[in-house]
Amino acid sequence: MSKYSESLAILLGREPRKPEKFSESAQKIHELKRVEKVDWVAQKEHARAHRAQGQPWRNRRWAFLIAINLLFVVSFWLDIQILEGALTASRLLGFHMIDVNSALQVMLAHKHIINNLIIGTGTVVVLWLLFGGRTFCSWVCPYHLVAEWAEKLHVYLAEKKIVTDHTFHRGVRTVLWIVFAAMAWITGYTVFETISPTGILSRALIYGPGLALGWVALLLAFEIFYSRRGWCRYVCPIGLTYGFVGAFSPLRVKYDLNHCFHEGDCRKVCEVPHVLEIVKKGRASAEILDTGADCTRCGACVDVCPSGALKFDVKGLTKLL
Amino acid sequence: MTSENPPPVPPVHPAINRKRLEERRRFLRTAVLAAVALGVPLLGFTPAARGWTPLLRPPGALDEHDFLASCIKCGQCVQVCPVAAIKLGDIDHGFGIGVPYIDSRSQACDFSCDAVQCILACPTGALSYKKPLFLPVRKGAAVANPPILLAKEKDAEPTLNLKERTGLAVLVRPDACLARQGKGFKGAARGSEFKGMLRFTAVDRWKPIPLSDHPFDVALCDLCVRTCPIKGAISLEEEVGNDGIKRKTPVVHEPCVGCGVCEMVCPPEPAAIVIEARKTWGEA
Repeated sequence: MSKYSESLAILLGREPRKPEKFSESAQKIHELKRVEKVDWVAQKEHARAHRAQGQPWRNRRWAFLIAINLLFVVSFWLDIQILEGALTASRLLGFHMIDVNSALQVMLAHKHIINNLIIGTGTVVVLWLLFGGRTFCSWVCPYHLVAEWAEKLHVYLAEKKIVTDHTFHRGVRTVLWIVFAAMAWITGYTVFETISPTGILSRALIYGPGLALGWVALLLAFEIFYSRRGWCRYVCPIGLTYGFVGAFSPLRVKYDLNHCFHEGDCRKVCEVPHVLEIVKKGRASAEILDTGADCTRCGACVDVCPSGALKFDVKGLTKLL
Repeated sequence: MTSENPPPVPPVHPAINRKRLEERRRFLRTAVLAAVALGVPLLGFTPAARGWTPLLRPPGALDEHDFLASCIKCGQCVQVCPVAAIKLGDIDHGFGIGVPYIDSRSQACDFSCDAVQCILACPTGALSYKKPLFLPVRKGAAVANPPILLAKEKDAEPTLNLKERTGLAVLVRPDACLARQGKGFKGAARGSEFKGMLRFTAVDRWKPIPLSDHPFDVALCDLCVRTCPIKGAISLEEEVGNDGIKRKTPVVHEPCVGCGVCEMVCPPEPAAIVIEARKTWGEA
């Protein structure tokens, strides 16, 4: 259980800590890595030379994200009715699917819950319990995609020393989550939905653009010029909600200490690098670890890892096969 | 930010001080971020605070505040409407962003779906046949009897399963009314360019057609009466004015649910008859 409480604490904003206890095998690996210096460099170079090329997971993910959002669009425009509605609430072939965070805001504001809302929310909770919670963020949310492009621009400008990344305390997302929930309850309005770029973009794609896109543009400008992935990292309550849902998910990014050269490429591309503190030299408390609840399962680290230390994994299933 | 003056007391350990300074900066930044993230959505209050004219909501909508609270902003009601009467609010509607409304003048709800599809599509009960018990029904918002839809008057179930009206038709510009002027009307109600759709059971029981495809030719304009989809909601009545002259005038009756067809077809610009959203029967 301590593994889960650690993962949830990091999700809520606490910085990752050095582990107090190491498993015997992990300790041994750490020691070995300190000793064999010469071989170490040679192996590292060898792994780099033979690393897999391209970004297969990013390509799969972008294809899926675009496909699912397009399915919303064509379901309405071509009237094929496969996936009706928007990301906040929809019907997939008639079955209710309701975004967990939107449902939460509505339940708190309205203080009355009808069956369809329970069914739709329940379905989505089960879905993301199976597929990893924040997987919603990187595999479905349309804002995530445009934010990735904004991030590319930010990183480019940062390299040119035109902009610098300003970090925030990650705990602010937890505070905002609580205050947004409280505001919905007290005012009786779904206050957060007014600025949710996920809802705004999803509706803009399906029902046509509007003034609200100006707000999304402001958010992107903030991320490009001031804070890398600022919205997704420090603000969005949807991410935190799905973080909870996915905390116990079997689908994870698995870290294997044996294969890691601790070069840190993965942390450079990660949206939530605090989940990858475990890859720092001497930090892994066990041979096999997973990246924890805040991980969006985007697979950027899997793509970039030269030695195959980070891989997608389904707990139990991989063993079974 | 980096060019700030060093603190007046010489630092004992510059490295630690710099770290502390950066931490303090980060804390302040975070506080500002939180204030902005909470402040901006609260601007959503402004439309409500300014008391904007209430928008006409789709049939079966809960009272305004409850409607905004319960709507999940998904637009499924938009997708099922056969005449595309339902639009979604933009960010200038504040908390009404993504919330459905109807602009009757450009496209009214003509009930050509028969079953009030938008209510069936709503996943949260923001649009509903039956209000939850804890929500009060405003006096005069409840309709006396289930409204009879003329298009299915001869069916086994001729009524629309609506308990409340979303508004009421009001003759706000009586002087503009063609009937009151004793004038007839010939041609397309709103001109040939008008895009609005309307179902005429005499033309097609199931499919709405463009209003511009259905020209009228009447000796005395009664377009609002002849296009009204609800039985007994509006009629032309004789009236003797203060000037002692007899004239015919449209009179709205209790069954009116506020669908907006009369506002859409009314030929003069701006319309003589409009829907006042949220208006109740018996209200001045």
